[in-house]
Parts: sequence; structure tokens; C-alpha cells
Amino acid sequence: MVSDNGARAAVGGNGGGFAGLDLVPRTGAAYKAKDFKSGQEVRWCPGCGDYAILAAFQSFLPELGVPRENIVIVSGIGCSSRFPYYLSTYGMHSIHGRAPAIATGLATSRPDLSVWVVTGDGDGLSIGGNHLIHALRRNVNINVLLFNNRIYGLTKGQYSPTSETGKITKSSPVGSLDHPFNPVSLALGAEAGFVARTVDSDRRHLTSVLRAAADHPGASFVEIYQNCPIFNDDAFEPLKDPSSRDARLLRMEHGEPLRLGADRGVVAGEFGGLEVVDVDAAGEDRLIRHDAHREDPGYAFALSRLDQPAFEHVPIGVFRDVRRPTYDELLNEQIADARSALGRGDLASLLASGDTWTVDRDA
Amino acid sequence: MAKQIEQLDRVIIRFAGDSGDGMQLTGDRFTQETASFGNDLSTLPNFPAEIRAPAGTLPGVSSFQLHFADHDIVTPGDAPDVLVAMNPAALKANLDDLPRGATVIVNTDEFTRRSLAKVGYDADPLTDGTLDGFKVSAVPLTSMTVEALAEADVSKKDAQRAKNMFALGLLSWMYNRPTEGTRAFLKTKFAKKPAILAANLAAFQAGWNFGETTEDFAVSYEIKPARLPAGTYRNITGNLATAYGLIAGSQRSGLPLFLGSYPITPASDILHELSRHKQFGVRTFQAEDEIAGVGAALGAAFGGALGVTTTSGPGMVLKQEAVGLAVMTELPLVVIDVQRAGPSTGMPTKTEQADLLMALYGRNGESPLPVVAPSSPADCFDTALEAVRLAITYRTPVVVLSDGYLANGSEPWRLPEVDALPEIDPGFATAPNGPDGSFLPYERDSDTLARPWAVPGTAGLEHRIGGIEKHASTGDISYTPANHDLMVRTRQGKIDAIARDVPPVDVSDPTGDADVLVLGWGGTYGSITAAVRRVRRSGGRIAQAHLRHLNPFPANLGEVLRGYDRVVVPEINLGQLALLLRGRYLVDVIGYNKVRGLPFRAEELAGVLQEVIDRGE
Repeated sequence: MVSDNGARAAVGGNGGGFAGLDLVPRTGAAYKAKDFKSGQEVRWCPGCGDYAILAAFQSFLPELGVPRENIVIVSGIGCSSRFPYYLSTYGMHSIHGRAPAIATGLATSRPDLSVWVVTGDGDGLSIGGNHLIHALRRNVNINVLLFNNRIYGLTKGQYSPTSETGKITKSSPVGSLDHPFNPVSLALGAEAGFVARTVDSDRRHLTSVLRAAADHPGASFVEIYQNCPIFNDDAFEPLKDPSSRDARLLRMEHGEPLRLGADRGVVAGEFGGLEVVDVDAAGEDRLIRHDAHREDPGYAFALSRLDQPAFEHVPIGVFRDVRRPTYDELLNEQIADARSALGRGDLASLLASGDTWTVDRDA
Repeated sequence: MAKQIEQLDRVIIRFAGDSGDGMQLTGDRFTQETASFGNDLSTLPNFPAEIRAPAGTLPGVSSFQLHFADHDIVTPGDAPDVLVAMNPAALKANLDDLPRGATVIVNTDEFTRRSLAKVGYDADPLTDGTLDGFKVSAVPLTSMTVEALAEADVSKKDAQRAKNMFALGLLSWMYNRPTEGTRAFLKTKFAKKPAILAANLAAFQAGWNFGETTEDFAVSYEIKPARLPAGTYRNITGNLATAYGLIAGSQRSGLPLFLGSYPITPASDILHELSRHKQFGVRTFQAEDEIAGVGAALGAAFGGALGVTTTSGPGMVLKQEAVGLAVMTELPLVVIDVQRAGPSTGMPTKTEQADLLMALYGRNGESPLPVVAPSSPADCFDTALEAVRLAITYRTPVVVLSDGYLANGSEPWRLPEVDALPEIDPGFATAPNGPDGSFLPYERDSDTLARPWAVPGTAGLEHRIGGIEKHASTGDISYTPANHDLMVRTRQGKIDAIARDVPPVDVSDPTGDADVLVLGWGGTYGSITAAVRRVRRSGGRIAQAHLRHLNPFPANLGEVLRGYDRVVVPEINLGQLALLLRGRYLVDVIGYNKVRGLPFRAEELAGVLQEVIDRGE
């Protein structure tokens, strides 16, 4: 049951889609969303964005065609990290910030699993920031879903590493001094191969991003804007309000021109940056056609900066989708290479390696 | 003219020089020659944490001590019979450890006014009487090496660097060591640098020839092979034995080994060694930090691998939260702490035994786990294997407390028969264990109290675990007061019950009527045993016992302690085992504690034991 060679050839083609699941067995079982409900009572606050994400995720999982027992959800600590309890797969609700590290050990030793990390802005970017960037740069075959509500929920409302500067909270009564992380910029800085952003309330978009993440072999990073109705309600309201959202949301589609609403679009700016301009004034031909497959993360990074000032124009969709060999694949190749060169290890020969001598007589 | 050969039963040699002089290599080669000759031996490398401290200074001195004999020995020895000092710093740093009458071989080329001044010698110790009472051999090692390599195709600097091989050649002659191993070693090491190889071989031979021809060395020595039990032997350090023990655990359990680790002195060699054995299916993961190292190991364990993490004290501190998660999730995990002098960064290359209480109690909540400690470099193999067995059998993290002395020290090891090593059955859960085909991840085995280990990929056993308190059977989140009390007691009871699976502590009491027991644990076994032998040789009656299992203790330990009038517990800490024994057994043990970053001296310890014996007379 535990593969100790893990070479791609050992499992072979499984016939399913999703390149990120090449080594994972597939099932003919026709799962429904309800097959992924664990029966545990869901204990998030009424109106929490996590409900919408859970429902979208449960509806999406049957698409993978992966046996339920080959899916593992690993989380850290925080509201979002209760996620695994509500899914009928294997799961671990671990310790604060460490889920990417735990998932790295699991995914690296079990290429036959579909491994998902569920984290939040505090768990993933504060206490666990180090593990997150290293998992992304190594390109371990995991999918990281970061629920960003820009606040600490479980500890009752302190500012988080994505809260805006000046945020008034219990721990910052006269305003927080911290400059926030942009999670997408951070992931791109770590040269993650797959980086995307979506919103809890847009089920169709959320599902399309999950699908693209699962299709990507190696580390996928998905930031999900998630509303906390108790401690940071309506943090993303300008992106949800029908009267303002079209002017602010930049829906990126690979190969399509980057447009906001009816009249604006994205063109190349100074110093390698990007600018939002009026399409009629600038001319249709100057619009950039989105290319998620650019090797250099600089373009995707420039896209991620378009949300400054805050929420002026916010790209959602896939920023970057670039393939390179995964960490687990390379590690398992090293094992396969060692075995083809040296054969499977023999313990007695190992112990007797080096200079030995023999004592014939007993004392 | 054939020179006189004198028979000795044992010798202690210390090679000392600058950290760049290759003293560890020289010591290691002399050790290998000695091992292959069949002497029993024990080594003590001692080096600074700085990679290259300023040349010629006291902090830059690196040394390697080797004790070898024609009989069974257990320590690297208290005081050298022979000191090889490559420069004034090496002489000054080591002279206080030498008994009068010892032999001092000095490299006179380095005894320049400048080098002497650098270490605070106002006058030349070779001539001002400092060395009166020692047998001094003043040898211009550097210039003789350069002279011997006059024809060689190497720079003067490279020629000078070969002086350690000249010294090794000379000592190899003095003690009639076999030299084929060193020649073969050099050929492999410098295979791609033929000129350097030729220079080192020539320097080694020149050193040997110098001993044989010069009148300065009238006598050479012979130490007959030791009478050891029959078998095949190799010399092994503690870290290497630990790595082999882990591979053996993987092989005997059929579980692929996953090591998550972050480099730290003195544990890194285990990571280095395991990373070389991928053909055994070993995955080594050099993590971004100590926490990720243990986290990845635990993740791999969740997936059914043999999860291992290796570290030293400062790293152990960082891992404790994840070790607590392993206690809570009841997953197998082996945590190896190669203890070093603390607190904080402490003295990274020096040994200590002060992590015992941290291993036992350094986590939040009631967080029990088994703790084992090896007693010698070779014993690291058996102890690592035992840790794997306990971890898998009882679904628990296990801490192994090795130490810097064991890690780098070495001794001959009789190779075990692989088929005789214990077989370890992972016993993965394969079928539902609850009503109506349900799976209860915390429903326990009635014998071991271990919970089922159901790994992802097993259909029908899907379950969620985590750090939150869980229902005693279903594993679902539970905050019920009575359930928490039950779970706290059950986790403790599971570990306590391992005592039934731990061999009773074995007491050596040859006269059968000793009043005093000396009890140790871990890396002090050699020093305590040597001290006990001294006491007994001079007629003292003393019993000795040594603990491998620190938690749970062997079931008969209380009875053993109460069987003696006085119990002495020597530790390289301020009395951590003593505290545990007093608390557990209400026995007023007598601690003996020295925390110098070095092993106990047998002579000093023998004095302490004799003094305790004398109290009763």
C-alpha cells in the first residue's frame, strides 16, 4: 500500500485528466457532492464564507475521478483549518502554520495521493510563512488553498498579515502599523509554478480555479478572498457589489485581452509594470493578451500589483501556470536511479561496508 | 640494525594541531589501522565549532584522542600517554592533561617566536624547562616533509600540508600499525589528483622511514590484538551506527524511511549518511527549518512511512510542538536528539546529557512518550532499532537521546546477523473495526493499547485526526470533561505499559554483597564502567547498572534501587535522572555531576565511587 519506489512508470497512465494527478489511481465510481460530506456538524459562524468554499469544493471533488481514500486534506490552525473535518476523505488538522511541511512529507512519500493544504492568512502567511514559501519553491505536488479574510477569526479579531495598515482591532486600538502582504505577490516571489486568485461568493469562478490547480503538477497556490461576517464583514464588498464589481474585477483568461468592465484594459507601462487605461483612448491593439505560461514570473508579478491602491482593480483567475519537474518526482527518480545502478539495498552488505576484520577465536 | 620492540597492553595517543592541520583525518586513519590490526579501541575527537579559527591560536586547536589495547576497553582514556603537538597552541592547550613521564612529539618548525607569542609563551617551552619530566621528541615535521617531497610535483604549500601524513607515518611505525588501509584510503581520496596523492604517500612513507632510521626513536611498541568474541568487526561512530540502525528498522519493518532534518551540529552526519543510501528507498528531506523537518516526517508517517527526524538540543526545542501532535495523533515517529552542551547555542561540538527532562516533559499538556538512550557508539545501532520497534508497535513518537561524544566517538562493532534482528510488524489497519462497517481510529488494541494505523489509500477507513482532543473511540472532536480525563490517562497508560516490553535492568555485582550501586544512563556507560573496574581492582565492592530505557523505566528498577544502601548517579548535567528517580521511587540517590562538555574521567569517577563506598565503613 505504501509505494517505496514511486517512479512514474510504477503506477502508469491512469487515463484520467488532471496532469497533477498522473500518479494517482482513478475510480469509475460516480461520486456526488454528498459522498464527500463527513457527517460532522459544520461549526463555522452563520454567514461565514467558508461554507461557500466547502460546498464548492465538495461539488468539485467528484470531477477528479480519484478514489475518496486517495485524497488527503491537511490543515493548520484557524477557522479555515477546520475544513478537513467536514470532508469524508483522509485528513489531518495539524498545528499552527505547519500544514505545508506535513503535506510535503506526505506528498513526497506518497505520489499516489491527491494532497490539499487548507490554510488562512494568519496560518499560512504569519506563523507558517516560511513553510509556505519553501513548499512553493520546491514545487512539491500539493494544492494550497489560502482563505484570506484579512483578519484573525479564531482568536477573535486581531489584525492579520493581510489586514490593511491602520486597521483598528482589539490588538491595534489606534490602528495597526503593519504593511500587509499581497499573498499572490509573495507566492510569485517564491516562484510558485501555479498561482491563482478567486472569490468565495463566485462559485463558478472558484470551481474553475480549483480545476486548474488540480491540473497543475507541482505546487499550486490559490488565494480565496473569504468574508468573515463577525470580525471583518464586507472586507471584499467592493468586489462583490454588482454596482462596483465589474469596474474593479479583472477576470484573467489565458490568451484573451485583459479587460475591466466595458471600457478599460491593461497595457504595458513603465519599468516593466502594467497600467490600466481607457481602451478607446489607448487603442484596442495595445491591450495585453494574458499569457499564464510565461516562464519569467515578472509579468505575473506586475499583474499582482494592479490591486494598488487597494481594490482599485483586482485580477482574479490564473496569474501563472508554468510547469517544471516536481520535487516528489525528482526525489523518486533519484531513488529509482540509485536502484538501477546499485540494485535494491542489501542490509548485510551495508553493515559490512568499509574496513572489516574477523576474530576467529572466542575470548 | 633492528630496533628494540617493547610490549604494551594499552596506549592513549592524542593528535593535536590547528583546525586546518588535518588532525581529525590523521586520528581517524590511525584508528582504522588500529581497528584492522584487531585492538580494542575507543576514540574522542575534540574540535572547535569554528570551521577555521585563526591559525595558531588556542581556540583553533583540534585534537583526536585514541585509546587502544590488547584487552576490552570502554573509554577513550583519561590522560594521553603520547601527545603529538603540531604547533605551540596544540602543546599549550593539551599539556595540562598529560601526566609526567608522558611522551610529547612536537613539530619544532612551528615553534617560532611569532607562534609562541601568539599563544602567550614568553619563552620557548621546548628549552625553558616547561617540559621537564616529559619524554620529548623534537621533530622538524614540516621541513622534513618538504624535504621528502623535494622531487614531487607539488607546491611548497601542498608539501607542507602533507605533514600530517608524515606524523601518521611516524606514529604508525612507532606502534607497528598495518599501513595498507591508509595507502588505499589515500588512493581513493586523491584519485583525481595524482600529484597530491603521490605527495601524501611519500610523506607517509617518509614518516615511517624516519622512525625506523633515526636514533631519536630507539624503541617501537607492540600492542597485541584484543581477545574479543568471534565475529566480523568494523570500527563505527555513533552517528553512523544510528543511521544504520534506522535503515535496519526500515528494512525489518518493510516501511520506507523518510528523514526530515535540518543541519545541526553534532547530528548532521546522520542526515549525510542517510542521504547516501537511496537504493534502500530512503528519502531524505533537508527542510527549511527544524519544525518542517519533524512536520514532514510526521506527514510521511501519516502516509505509512517510517518517519524520522534528527537534531540536537536547540532544534529539539523547536520540534516539540510537532512531537506533541505526534503524541496526540498517536503516529509512529522517531526523534533523534544528539545532545550537546547548552543552554541555547551552548558549545555545539561538546557533549552533554542535559536534554533528558526536555525529552520527557518539554511539551505542553500531559504528553508522554518513550525515551531511550544509547550507551556507546556501537550501541547507537541497537538503540535506534529499538526506537523504531517501539514507535511502530505502540504508535507513538520515541525520543532517542544520543550525545556529541557518542556521535563522533568510535569503537569496534561486531556486525549483527541481519536475520537475527527483530522483525517489526507495521500491522496496518485494513478493515473497518466498528459497527455497521464504520472505522473507529481510536479503538485500541487491548494488549498494546495502540490505535489502528490506517493509511491513506485504504478504502473504507477514511478518517480525520489532529491536535484537538478526540473521542476515545470515534476520534471525533470532543470537549467532554470525562472523555478528556480518560484520554489523558489512556495516553499515559499506553506509554507506562511499555515497561512490560522492556528488559529488566541488569545489575553487575560480582561479589554479590556490594552496598553501593552506581546507576548511569546513555553515553556515560564507558566512563562509569572504567571507574567501576578501577574500584574493583583495588578491592572495592560496587554494583553497576545502566539504563537504556528512560521512559518507561524497566519494571524492576525500584526494587533494584532499594536493594542497595547507597545509589550513586553520575550524569553530565545537574541531576536530571536523579530527580526522576527520587520522585518516582523515593530513593535518596547521590548525584555526581560535572558539566564540562567532556566525558567523565574514569579516575576521578573511581575516586567518587570509592568515597561513597567508604562512607559505609
